[in-house]
Amino acid sequence: MNQRSRLSLIVIQIFIASLMVALMGRLFYLQVAAGPKYRDAALSIQSRDVVTPANRGFIVDSSGVPLALNKVGLAITVDRTKIDLLPDQGAAVIQSLVTLLSLNFADVWQRTRLCGELPKGMKTGCWTGSRFQPIPITNEADPKLALSIVERPDKYPGISATPVAFRSYPEILGLNGGHVLGYVGPLTEADLAGANGRTYFRSEEIGKAGLEYVYDNYLRGTPGIKTFIVDRKEAVTTTSKNSKPTPGDHLVTSLDARLQAATDIALADAVQRARASGYRADGGAAVVLDVSNGQVLALSSYPTFDPNAFEKGLTVKQAKDLYSESTGVPALNRALQGLYAPGSTFKAVSVVAARDAGYDLKGTYQCPKEVQVGNRAFQNFESKSQGSLTLKQAIAVSCDTIWYKIAYDEWVRDGGLSPKSNPNDYFFKAAAKFQMGVKTGIDLPSESAGRLANRQWRADWYSQNKDYYCNYKDRAAKSAQTPFLVLLAHENCLDGDKIRAGDAVNFSIGQGDTVLTPIKLAQMYAAIANGGTLWKPTIAKAIIKTDGTVIRTFAPKKDGELGVDQTTIAFLHDALHEVTVSGTSAGVFASFPVATSGKTGTAQVFGNNANGTAKADTSWYASFAPATNPRYAVVMMVSQGGFGASTSAVGVRKIYETLFGVKGNTVVPGLALFPDGNPPTKLPRISPATKPKPSILNPGKPAVVASPTPTSKATAKR
Amino acid sequence: MSTFLNRNPYRRGRRLSVTSGFDPVLTGAVAGLLILGTLLVYAATRQWYASNGLDPQYYLKRQVINIVIGLVLAWGVTIIDYRLLRAYTPFIWGFGVLGLIFVLLPGVGSTVNGAKAWIPLPGGFQIQPAEIAKISIIIGISMLLSERTHNSDAPTHKDVLRSLAVAGLPVLLILAQPDMGTVFIISASVVTILAVSGAPTRWVVGLLLLAVIGGFVATKAGVISEYQIKRLQSFVDPNADTQGAGYQLRQARITVGSGGLIGTGLFNGPQTNGRFVPEQQTDFIFTVAGEELGFLGSGLIIFLLFLILMRAFAIARRSNDPYGTLVCTGVIAWFAFQTFENIGMTLGLMPMTGVPLPFMSYGGSSMFANLIGFGLLQNVHARHHG
Repeated sequence: MNQRSRLSLIVIQIFIASLMVALMGRLFYLQVAAGPKYRDAALSIQSRDVVTPANRGFIVDSSGVPLALNKVGLAITVDRTKIDLLPDQGAAVIQSLVTLLSLNFADVWQRTRLCGELPKGMKTGCWTGSRFQPIPITNEADPKLALSIVERPDKYPGISATPVAFRSYPEILGLNGGHVLGYVGPLTEADLAGANGRTYFRSEEIGKAGLEYVYDNYLRGTPGIKTFIVDRKEAVTTTSKNSKPTPGDHLVTSLDARLQAATDIALADAVQRARASGYRADGGAAVVLDVSNGQVLALSSYPTFDPNAFEKGLTVKQAKDLYSESTGVPALNRALQGLYAPGSTFKAVSVVAARDAGYDLKGTYQCPKEVQVGNRAFQNFESKSQGSLTLKQAIAVSCDTIWYKIAYDEWVRDGGLSPKSNPNDYFFKAAAKFQMGVKTGIDLPSESAGRLANRQWRADWYSQNKDYYCNYKDRAAKSAQTPFLVLLAHENCLDGDKIRAGDAVNFSIGQGDTVLTPIKLAQMYAAIANGGTLWKPTIAKAIIKTDGTVIRTFAPKKDGELGVDQTTIAFLHDALHEVTVSGTSAGVFASFPVATSGKTGTAQVFGNNANGTAKADTSWYASFAPATNPRYAVVMMVSQGGFGASTSAVGVRKIYETLFGVKGNTVVPGLALFPDGNPPTKLPRISPATKPKPSILNPGKPAVVASPTPTSKATAKR
Repeated sequence: MSTFLNRNPYRRGRRLSVTSGFDPVLTGAVAGLLILGTLLVYAATRQWYASNGLDPQYYLKRQVINIVIGLVLAWGVTIIDYRLLRAYTPFIWGFGVLGLIFVLLPGVGSTVNGAKAWIPLPGGFQIQPAEIAKISIIIGISMLLSERTHNSDAPTHKDVLRSLAVAGLPVLLILAQPDMGTVFIISASVVTILAVSGAPTRWVVGLLLLAVIGGFVATKAGVISEYQIKRLQSFVDPNADTQGAGYQLRQARITVGSGGLIGTGLFNGPQTNGRFVPEQQTDFIFTVAGEELGFLGSGLIIFLLFLILMRAFAIARRSNDPYGTLVCTGVIAWFAFQTFENIGMTLGLMPMTGVPLPFMSYGGSSMFANLIGFGLLQNVHARHHG
């Protein structure tokens, strides 16, 4: 071999050796340096998690009656991993299946498509889970039909029938409870992405509204995970992990199923009654509170929705109706999201203001047909003069002009349009004592705060709207250029930043810019009833594990104290009772065997409906009972429902009838909801079989208290 | 032919025992690879075949048969004096070229992975003429470049042109299949042999330039099929074609990477048992080692291949004549570039081409060819004395 060949050979040897070193280096990088990353990647290729959802905890009322539980149905499921292997991807199988079950092919086909395999905008009704879970197409199959399917695997490949648990909201005695209970539904992409800081599995259902939403963490439980190792054809080779689901905890509430049913019915009745009298009555709300601790015994909103519809699979129309104006936006919980002027129910606050301003609660006042305020005359309700009245009588008959006079005088004393640097503001301060414009903090989602239209609010409002009103002719729509509105805009531009005489006068009778929610008014009246404590309204009482262990109890919480002296409280108790005896609701509560107290409200609403008609008054009735040592506060509101007395007070009476076991004008022994006058404080034993005790709604025979043995057996079975 | 017989009369008739001349390091390394390879072929196929209701030892048995046949061939090549082998070289070359023509005839060759490279035989076996062509080219051009018809120490331009012609015809035929991997390996071997033979430097540099330009033009002008470009693209961007070539490359990399330092243990790789890497017993055999034997096991394989190559360099240097040196050089280049191409492809260093890993991949023709190459090295080694 010559020298050149020898040299070439060395060069080639070095080159080849370095190639081998390069391979070794790359191998080291892949396996040792980046090894963990590739191990994760390999794991995600090989493993498939199948999630067994946990049984959701029950929501029960204070005596253990289930308001939300799980029903077992027979589900017909489609196994995508099997039907996909068929020549037509299972179209023929599903076709014969829908014929047998009398379902719609397009619906079922859509329900068995994975959301990920559908283009954007076509995903409605798709399957949010994975290909490896059996996809249910009905939860309520007839066992006979199910059997005929399971017996013919040749005709129905990949189709099977399995018992499944699904959420059910029993309609006890006509109870609906949609707004307070809420409903469950599949996870959204945002939930899965960790939008609220929790981790979920795709097939889980979560609470979407109401208590189901707020206490979801307790109710949901932990799903069981089975991890399969699969090969390239997705055939399962081994099971690597298998954890059993942990059932969710039960939620004990302060609600009473019978009272909730009575409230739902009474509210719906009130709306129907208002409509029968020609009012639009586009919605309403009713709340029953325990005044001693703020616990919510019933809470209703109208129009409502069927919480069971979500588990059956909402049709597109049902889903749209939930938020549609034409159906009255049933999704809106008016009890805590609806904002309305309180009207005359506010006069209880005005009493506090008058007392603080030094007015004699025992004094006599004139109730003329109108009061001249500046250049405008403010009329009494229905322009009626009531002559000379005590303040108690003035509350009973709901005289407005007494309050106009007091509010105007106080406004002038505070400096009128050029306010003093430190005005007394008795009315605003009295409203602030009741924490108007502040959320109650009830344990339901999306509560509205309301609005206290005091000097600060007025100034803020003006700075935001000054430009609009001062350039009204340019800014406002042509249709809004009526002479009255133009004048109003001019006035707003001139001194919109100040509390004007009219504002002060309107404020004293709960009109104007001050608005609140029904739950807020209930809290305020409960505070009057209990002597001055603003309890935070709560629904949850306790969280109980399936084995009966109490995990957490919810102690009553105070939002604050009114700071109103006992003389004023006593006067209010007396005056509000007088309303039901000789006042505006005397007709409704005539001969009612339990003494109650209350105040009607008929609040004017400005503005027009979509069809151009002027909006009707908001009908209010705020009350508490019994009149002495009150225990319950009941508030009903019907939006555009007309008079407070004829619409809402009648509804409230019906709630009291169930609460106290009143039939006609007599108390039926044994039918009062809480025979000793107190809602239960002991936590109930939880069983799906618990039935409500007798009441006006279900008189029957007095219920036999279920013996503990069958109850515990029933629990064990589930 | 006669000239060459006359030239070396004194070597004829020297008797060799069956075992004499075996290089223990070379033999040990090859034996290690054969054993490891057989186990890995079995690991790659047993679970998949069993779960599909087939004989899990199907590939194992056939690989053992391949190795036995290959060893007999290697033994034969070892004991025949390589200088005598020259006499048969034109016939081997001719046989290879005929096979390459035959495979291209319509209805004869079977297409696997886009290349029409196999002639099916009865009993499920098939033969790959390109593997025979490799050996015939190496021996052929080594012969041409080592024979001196003049007094010069180096091959003339004429020698170079003749050897290029000998290599060119089979390469063109393989290009028509198309099997770019084999074309690359043969071309690299030819250039390497030319460099060591002492041929004029401009030939070596010129051919290297030609390879670069040719590769570029072929890609641009569409001489290379859609299939080839796709493979090349998926090398540049592995996510470009997630179901085809890109899928294979990504899976291969994940499978190797998931093995870590010590691997999952033989027969225990979930990626391998789940059959996530297609063609795993042939071109992607290294992924089985990567997953189940980890860095230690797959590093050992690279080391054994490295040992074989370094040993072959030593043999090439000690050869008595340029012919032995050149044959060794050809075999070295063949093994080295095939190893680098195969493992490099598995690890994402090289574009995807269908070349097997020497001594390890399942396959008849390639195993025979590898073992014949091993036999050639042994042969040169056995005759360097004197």
